[in-house]
Formats: sequence, structure tokens, C-alpha cells
Amino acid sequence: MKPTYVIASLVTFALLSYGLYQGLVVAPTEATMGDVQRIFYYHLPSAWVAFTLFFLNFVGSLLFLVVKKDAADKFAAGVFAVLGVIGLGISIFGRSYTEFASSIGGTLLMCAIAYLVIRHFFHSQPQADAFAASTAEVGVVFCTVVLLTGPLWARPVWGIWWTWDARLTSTLVLWLIYVSYLILRKFATGGQTPTLAAALSIFGFADVPIVYLSIRYFRTQHPQPVINGGEGSGIDSHMWAAVLWNLLAFTVFAIMLVTTRYKLAQAERRIEEAFATRDLEDDSHLISRSTR
Amino acid sequence: MSATAARAVAREPGLLAVTRASLAKDLRMEWRSKDAINSMLFFSLLVVVIFSFAFEPTAEESRRIAGGLIWVAFLFATVVALNQTWARELRNQVLDAYRTSPAPPAALFISKAVGNFLFVCVLEAVMTPLFIIFYNLRSIGPVYELVIVALLATWALVVNGTFFGALSIRTRNREIMLPLILFPISIPALIAMVDATTQIFTGESSPRFWMQLLAVYDLVFTLVSLSLFESVLNAE
Repeated sequence: MKPTYVIASLVTFALLSYGLYQGLVVAPTEATMGDVQRIFYYHLPSAWVAFTLFFLNFVGSLLFLVVKKDAADKFAAGVFAVLGVIGLGISIFGRSYTEFASSIGGTLLMCAIAYLVIRHFFHSQPQADAFAASTAEVGVVFCTVVLLTGPLWARPVWGIWWTWDARLTSTLVLWLIYVSYLILRKFATGGQTPTLAAALSIFGFADVPIVYLSIRYFRTQHPQPVINGGEGSGIDSHMWAAVLWNLLAFTVFAIMLVTTRYKLAQAERRIEEAFATRDLEDDSHLISRSTR
Repeated sequence: MSATAARAVAREPGLLAVTRASLAKDLRMEWRSKDAINSMLFFSLLVVVIFSFAFEPTAEESRRIAGGLIWVAFLFATVVALNQTWARELRNQVLDAYRTSPAPPAALFISKAVGNFLFVCVLEAVMTPLFIIFYNLRSIGPVYELVIVALLATWALVVNGTFFGALSIRTRNREIMLPLILFPISIPALIAMVDATTQIFTGESSPRFWMQLLAVYDLVFTLVSLSLFESVLNAE
């Protein structure tokens, strides 16, 4: 293990511990929900990490598909650069008109930056594929945490474990899509796995807005069960500290996990390549070694 | 070799010509064997019968649940048909031959998708009267809307199903793999088709939003499938 890796692990551990301390000790107890609200400090950062990783999985998959052909690669990079500039423009000049415009602009800019940064670091097919695989796996883990901590909170507060509310259902569908992605990766055979997985990831990403629209419409049409507001409506400043510390800690934690998983994927690939080269070597070499 | 002959050799076969030839071949094979259509029909007949044992609904109740029942039956039957489309091409290395030929990959995808679309439409045309009889259905909303929803919904299932069939055919557990990757992605389309059908049956509200959503879904995934199919066909 390299010393930087050890140091990064220790920093992650320290951040997670401090986040836990902030959430359990420093943050004040919520007036109506009581201590059970503290699970929110793990729930929200997990959701943020999961959704970001799913987006990065899409970026990695797209990169995998375009990076093979130089023209397609340059074209995609150009498109994202233009989108980034447009996003920057909207977020600067649109701010005076509506909040919505500036958030759209900010999102575009973030997407463009994410794509170009990832393209810079993972600029080959095996790298892009290993990146996509790592982000999907870690993303599913964090999404599972979201789906587990949600009901734990909902049972005492709403009185039910689960409700087919828009946000819950969308998250569940997203989880299902990425679990199916992992299953495809597991069962696809040989060297075609990355291409098949990348195609499915693009499908999943195209599906997300449609899922969101359909479930929102579906749920607003039907009577809703007891839901009281949610956490969005203003929280104490001490609570904010806990939220932000945990967001930071979980982000660093996720980066650590993805990096580790990525290195593992690289090592697996090197082993496979070593086996392949060994098989390609002529028999005489093997015989001479065995008779020696 | 004369100049015209050289040009004829160099010219790639057109998208429409290949699509038509491939589709005609699939339809002819299906017409002779009736493999897909028979297994689909029998399968959805079984689903109809089993559901009616399980629920025993009154006329009013059946209007509410029929949308869900019909589409679940059609969805499962579609998977039965989709599993066969690509398996046929694996025998005798037809897919490999196709890859080495200059024919456009999109033509193969379109012909497969349109072929499956026609099979599922035939299935629906035969099964819908049976549903109406078994469940005492009478639609309160206009029937032509049901036809539009059925066409949009069938294309939604078939376009993704054909694409994912091409993915799952390359995995170790082919037949199981298709529903595992098709169902999660299809959830919004399923919600749309089920709810639109229920709205039309009960006449409670307009299914327009769901029709629009299905149309958008069809458009988005037709484009995504067409743009990614070449990569998937050539993956190795």
C-alpha cells in the first residue's frame, strides 16, 4: 500500500467519525421527531453520493463508447465543452430572471466539467469501463443505504415503513435499474461485457427523467398517505453543520471506495492479461521450463 | 470488370432494402413455424385463466384491475417472443455473417423490432376479445383511445425488448437475463400503459398525459437503440 492511500484512509476515517459525532452529539434533538431524525445525517449524504455515482457511471459508459473512435471522442468532448459554456452563460445571465434558469445552467456546467475531467483521467476503454463498473457498484451500495435508512425513519415518524410516494418510488426504480446493470455485468461473457453494460447504462440514464415524470404524475393523481412536510422546510444551524460535515465525509468515503474498487478492477485486468499472454506463448517454452 | 459492375459491387445495400428483406424472412419463418405466436398466445391464455381464478372480480372491479392484468399478461408474453428472435440468428452464425456483411446494422434492428411489433399486435388482437369475455369488460371511455395506447405501449415494450434481447443473448443465462434488464427500464412505460388503460376503462379522467409520455418514451428509446445497436452488434 502506498503511503498516500494510508493517509487518505485515515483522513476518511477521521471525517466519518467527526460527522458521526456532529450528527449524534452536537446537533440538537429535533422537536417533534426526536432522536430518530438523526438518521437524516446519514440518509441525505448517502442519497447525494448514490445519485452522483450513478451519474458518473453514465459519464464513464458514454466515454467508453466514444473513446474508441477518435472522431466520436473529439465530437463528444466538443459537445460537452459547448454545453459547459452555455451552462456558464445561463447561470451568470439567467440568475436575474429565475432561480430555475440558474440551476439549469449550473447543472449543465457541472455535467460538462464532470465529463471533461473524467475524460482527462480515464482516457482509454479499459479505464473508462473500470471507472463505470466501480461507480455503479459503490452507487448501488449507497442507494441501498438510502432505501434502508428511509424506512427506519419513516416507521416512527409516518407510522408506516414504506409508501409509494414519488421520491421513494423513483429511488427504488433507480436502484432496480442499477442492480440489473450489475447483474448484466456479472452474467455477460468475455470481452463484450463492457460494451453491453455501457449500452444498458445509457438506457438507464435516458430512463431517469421519464421515471421521475411518470411517478410524479402517477402519485399526484392518487390520494397520498400521511406525509408531514419533510425535512426541507428550514433546519437549525447546528443541524446544518452536521449535514455538511457528513456530506463531506460521505463524499470522501465514496471517492475512497471507488478508487479502491477501480484499482482492484485494474489489478484483475492485469491478471487476465498475464494469463492470456501466458496462453499465447508457445508450448516449447512451457515444455523447456517444465523439463528443467 | 466493367465500370458499372464495379460500381454495383461497391454499392452498399440500402437500409430499406435490407430491412424489408430481413423482415420478410422473419415473417415467412414465423408464418411457417408459428413458434412465437403460438407460445405467446398459449402463455397469455394461461395468465388470463389463472388471474381470473385468483381474483374473481365483479364487473366494476374488473374495470379497475383489467388494465394491470392485460398489460402484465402481454408483457410476459412479449418476453416469450423476444427470447426467440435473436436465438434464431445465433444458430449457423447468422449474426457473425451479418457483422461481416456491408449491410447497415440499423436495418437488422428495425426489421427485428417491427417483426416483434407485428407479432405482439396479432397477440393483442386475439387476446383482447378473450379478456373482454372473461372479465365482463365494457369500456366507459372511447375505444379508439385504447387502440392508440395499445400501439404506443406495444412499441415501447418491443423496441427496448428487441435491443435488450440482443444484449441478453450474449450472456450465460440468456432466457432469464432479458426480463431482468427489460423490466426495470420499462417501469415508466408500464405505469403509463396500465394507468392509461384503466383511465379509459373507468372513464374517470383523460389518458392524454400517459399517451404523451408513451410517445416520448417510444421516441427516446428508438433513437437510443438505433444509435447504440451497432456497438452492441460488433461487441466482442
